[in-house]
Amino acid sequence: MLRYILKRLLIMLVTLWIIVTLTFILMVTIPGSPFNSERGTNEVVQANLEAHYNLDETYIVQYFLYLKSIVTLDFGPSIKQPSQTVNDMLMRGFPISFELGIITIIVAVLSGVTLGIFAALKHNQIIDYLAMGFAVLGISIPNFVLATLLIQQLAVNIELFPVARWLSPAHMILPITALATGPMAIIARLTRSTMLEVLTQDYIKMARAKGLSPWKIVIKHALKNALMPVVTIMGTLLAGILTGTFVIEKIFAVPGMGKYFVESINQRDYPVIMGTTVFYSAFLIIMLFLVDIAYGLLDPRIKLHKKGGK
Amino acid sequence: MEKLLEVNDLHVTFSTYGGTVKAVRGVDFEIHQGETLAIVGESGCGKSVTANAIMKLIPDPPGKITKGTITFKNKALTSLSEKQMRSVRGVDISMIFQDPMTALNPTLTIGTQLIEGVREHQKLSAGQAKAKALEMLQLVGIPNPIERLKQYPHQFSGGMRQRIVIAMALICEPELLIADEPTTALDVTIQAQILELFEKIQAATKVAIILITHDLGVVAKIADRIAVMYAGKIIEVGSKREIFYQAQHPYTKGLLNSVPRLDVKGEKLKPIDGSPPDLFSPPQGCPFTARCPLAMEVCDKVYPNTTDKSKSHKVNCWMQDKRAQQLLKLTAIK
Repeated sequence: MLRYILKRLLIMLVTLWIIVTLTFILMVTIPGSPFNSERGTNEVVQANLEAHYNLDETYIVQYFLYLKSIVTLDFGPSIKQPSQTVNDMLMRGFPISFELGIITIIVAVLSGVTLGIFAALKHNQIIDYLAMGFAVLGISIPNFVLATLLIQQLAVNIELFPVARWLSPAHMILPITALATGPMAIIARLTRSTMLEVLTQDYIKMARAKGLSPWKIVIKHALKNALMPVVTIMGTLLAGILTGTFVIEKIFAVPGMGKYFVESINQRDYPVIMGTTVFYSAFLIIMLFLVDIAYGLLDPRIKLHKKGGK
Repeated sequence: MEKLLEVNDLHVTFSTYGGTVKAVRGVDFEIHQGETLAIVGESGCGKSVTANAIMKLIPDPPGKITKGTITFKNKALTSLSEKQMRSVRGVDISMIFQDPMTALNPTLTIGTQLIEGVREHQKLSAGQAKAKALEMLQLVGIPNPIERLKQYPHQFSGGMRQRIVIAMALICEPELLIADEPTTALDVTIQAQILELFEKIQAATKVAIILITHDLGVVAKIADRIAVMYAGKIIEVGSKREIFYQAQHPYTKGLLNSVPRLDVKGEKLKPIDGSPPDLFSPPQGCPFTARCPLAMEVCDKVYPNTTDKSKSHKVNCWMQDKRAQQLLKLTAIK
């Protein structure tokens, strides 16, 4: 197990390095720099600024300077807001984005799986049709449309929830609903179809022949097997939720990391671009790694390592 | 011997988009304590449906027990609620299935799967339940049971898995074990071992066994009595000796003749020509008429009554009817 984890960590580092390199190449190929706004800057001033931020060096040197900043985890100050370091921005934004993301995942998984189970158990009955109709809506409506709709109906028209910002649990309900509905619908549909398949298996019949109660059969025997495909798509869903947070944070004026990420690209704020990209990628890679571990825990037939393990 | 289970006029149907399949059409039989009854017949004749009906494990919908009674020790199973039925399953009557590769949950250790049955029905501590599970694994002949309890199904061979399934079925000491084609999915050598295991278990626990199979070799080895099923009805029932040596029904005879023989050289296989009737609209007369070499006009119109050849030997065939017998004599005189 330890060997497997070490091996995976190494692969994760390589992945991260590839992402960093690609981001760097993209960054230098996009026209423009942090200092050429429409107004234009004095050439001498511009040269001085570029020298200060090492932008006058060759790309190779710049690349290694970036790598150094990543290895030392010190991305330096933002170019556009020199009073703040990138690390400050990450530390301020990340907890909020993390809160939004994690609660969304929990809500999506719990409600999606529950909905899927009920739909499967009441196969071809009203509950099934309602749940699946709801799921189709959830998959087809993009989260930014749902977000604005929720704001208009529940915040503006009947003033049930606050319109925006991130101050109290009441503020969280709308953004989380908007962000969680899509993944929840996908999970519900997947859980339903795998559950239906699992329920016809011989071991379920065997469990019934043992005289177990229906709920014990569903929870203990069926669910664990039915969750396997759900765990498989968790990686993709996580990436979806992560990128979804950019949009949702913008719509609900949530002061998370998404704001810095999007603005930094518009403003060519190189250190912030690099910092947020590395951070997001590292986070996603770690989450995917955890998903793989969870997969091995759920299904004993999947061995994460070659030797040992009895 | 006391009567353990009695099935009377059992009818089971399945509603499908194509119509209603009458899978079991009036089955009667009984089984006594400690005996082995084999139910034989070709695929689709209703053997497994009968077995599942006894456990009330027929998926409803589409399946339904439309008529008949199943009585276990004076308890009418057919009128029990699903909840009451749960305390019968595994406790009074257990069941094992055809394919041991799929009958065990791949994500749970076999220890967990063994223990959950006992703990559901008996007030046992985790330690006591584990001791019981170890005892059962020893009974069915699993080496190193303590280590094996912690393992998952994929770490066992097919024969070992079937032994575990048997251990699971017997852990609450049921009085009746229904084995639905328990050896069909296994290698021949393993089949013999499992059959020996059944004999050993029966000697040790006095459990009655309903053995469902299409393999007459299996039947010859361990059955006490044999019921032959065809198109949802039992057409002949008798002791093993009566069925193997004095079979009366043309179908039973055909079935016995179609078994390949090792002692006759160069002989071709003798299958029964034709195929069983469509159970969407079964014939009103004897369902075997179309394939029967001795069919008479009456066979197609009216289902024959039961003729008692001996106390244990019963057959449903017009050839056994007194009037038909007289007719045969007449033709012989001519």
